[in-house]
Amino acid sequence: MINVGLFAAAVRMATPIVFASLGGIFSERVGIINVGLEGMMLTSAFSGVAITFFTGNPWLGVLAAILAGGLLGLLHALLTVKFIGNQIVSGTGINIFALGFTAYMSQVLWGSRGASETVQGLNVVAVPLLQDIPIIGEIIGKHTPLVYLMLIITVLCYIVLFRTPLGLRIRAVGENPAASDTAGIDVFRIKYQCVMISGMLAGLGGAFLSLGHLNLFAWGMTGGRGFIALAAMIFGNWMPFGAFGASLLFGFADALQMRLQALGLLPPQIILTIPYVVTIAVLAGMVGRAAPPSDYKPYSKE
Amino acid sequence: MAEGTEEKQMEAQGTPKIRSWLKSGLQSTLPQIIAVFLAFLVGAAVLLATGHSPVDAYSAMLSGAFGDIFGIGQTFTQATPIIFTALAFSFASKCGLFNIGAEGQLIVGAFGAALVGISFSGLPAFVHIPMALLAGALAGGLWGFIPAILKTKLGAHEVITTMMLSYVATYLTSYMVNYPFKAPGWVAQTVPIAMSAQLPRILEPTQVSASIFFAVALAGLTHYTLQRTTFGYEVRATGLNLTAAENGGINVKREMILALVISGAIAGLGGAGEVLGVHRRFIDGFSPGYGWDGLAVALVGALHPVGVLLAAALFGALRSGGMTMTRVTGVPLDIVVILQALVVLFVTAPVLIRYILRRGGHKG
Repeated sequence: MINVGLFAAAVRMATPIVFASLGGIFSERVGIINVGLEGMMLTSAFSGVAITFFTGNPWLGVLAAILAGGLLGLLHALLTVKFIGNQIVSGTGINIFALGFTAYMSQVLWGSRGASETVQGLNVVAVPLLQDIPIIGEIIGKHTPLVYLMLIITVLCYIVLFRTPLGLRIRAVGENPAASDTAGIDVFRIKYQCVMISGMLAGLGGAFLSLGHLNLFAWGMTGGRGFIALAAMIFGNWMPFGAFGASLLFGFADALQMRLQALGLLPPQIILTIPYVVTIAVLAGMVGRAAPPSDYKPYSKE
Repeated sequence: MAEGTEEKQMEAQGTPKIRSWLKSGLQSTLPQIIAVFLAFLVGAAVLLATGHSPVDAYSAMLSGAFGDIFGIGQTFTQATPIIFTALAFSFASKCGLFNIGAEGQLIVGAFGAALVGISFSGLPAFVHIPMALLAGALAGGLWGFIPAILKTKLGAHEVITTMMLSYVATYLTSYMVNYPFKAPGWVAQTVPIAMSAQLPRILEPTQVSASIFFAVALAGLTHYTLQRTTFGYEVRATGLNLTAAENGGINVKREMILALVISGAIAGLGGAGEVLGVHRRFIDGFSPGYGWDGLAVALVGALHPVGVLLAAALFGALRSGGMTMTRVTGVPLDIVVILQALVVLFVTAPVLIRYILRRGGHKG
């Protein structure tokens, strides 16, 4: 049962987690915990399907998903930066909102709380040359475009955060907002932008789940992946490539879980706990090495 | 109209004593009340945007929650587990911990109580009921102990671990009632618990059970513990300022572990109450999200026992009235979850409430 297909599935299942964990990095790098990743993904997964349902164009759906994530990111930034609300409570509120809102709208649009109608999803694209490489080609050569986008965005995130002046400003805002302010950086603006980017990245993850994977929206379909992404971010030490690697691990656990279910050797309920147990085990294995890049205190000008 | 609904609900719930308390405490509770009001206002916008009449929906909700004995019974039945999960969240919160896994702790508590409930027969009720309650508290406490150890010994953030454990709890108990403990038939549930383990219902023919007494007593007990005992002081000190508490000689890790275990045990007791008093068996997926309700209620109630009890009554009314609303008007029940989320979002930022007040009570 361990074969190339399993690894291809691992890359696929890692994709939403990579997107969300990169989102988590952008938010935490400016000192804001984004517990709301889960809800942002879920709302985006729904929005993507809803817009595709009405327009028939899954790419418009992806755009809607990014927009929905960005809007919730803006809400999180408003509540935590402007109104100095508790970051975890705000994120949790967004998660509860997403659960209620998507279930409500699913009933309004499709008359069903459980799942939407099937919509046109994103097609699998085989990349020429890449798909011809033995083994590697089979693992990463034939996916929906969002998987390739995920690979590109991971690299982009690294470049933006660690190889550009903007990235320097972003990290400075998280590490020392007062000094950044003195140096002439618009702290609040950077925070808003980064938390919105965080939501948009989570939105891409949500879009992958609904449009690049199942081609429908199902109740609570994110299944804790927003939290798993937070774990991937921590395990990856708040670095894009680290988060990417950790997400691959969680993606593998998810793919393994699906494979085991298909085999039917164990009851599905037991197998379904695997990704969550793996996440807990990984966090436990960190043994206090995790040090966030900022102290999450709200910043206010003196 | 949303304001009317809210006030009427408050009035209907309140004895004169509570009303006078409300009046005297109005200043401090104003942000919470406004948050609830704003949530109903935004909820009305959602209803309007989706082609439903907010007036019809809210009035159906109100009459459903308080219109007759069944409604009132249902309101208190729904409020009971919410009080437990709200107290669970509050207790951990006082120690500076975010236990967002009350849902999972409630579920394993319910299963633990069900196991004791179905495993023994012929015991006197005064032995069987406490045993089953204890099993619920122990199971919930264990589900709080795991993230506590992970947090204090290994530095894993409790927000992620408690959430993950909620999923594990849901699936594990689902496995239990689909395989080893499945009752004959097609429903994933255990066989009924023994008569001797049943908590009495206090408002026949409704399902309100004696569990509500435990809930109210626990509200008082946790408040007393936190405010009047050395242990409570140490828990609060840890929550207020970890470093200062540590420097002051408090074993902060011990406090955190105890706080999370107690928090889990409280939620577990709530789950036990559901099994022993309401369902009389463990049913897969019996909780519609009482853990999340509790989180919202704890925040609306400002982590204070009286606030928690009042807010739980309101959220119980939302769930109970919501069912009637769905039946009468066809509005999806999930509007209740939306309202709950909006309350949380508004409550989290008191600065926002002040901002809105200055702008003359209009949002956007």
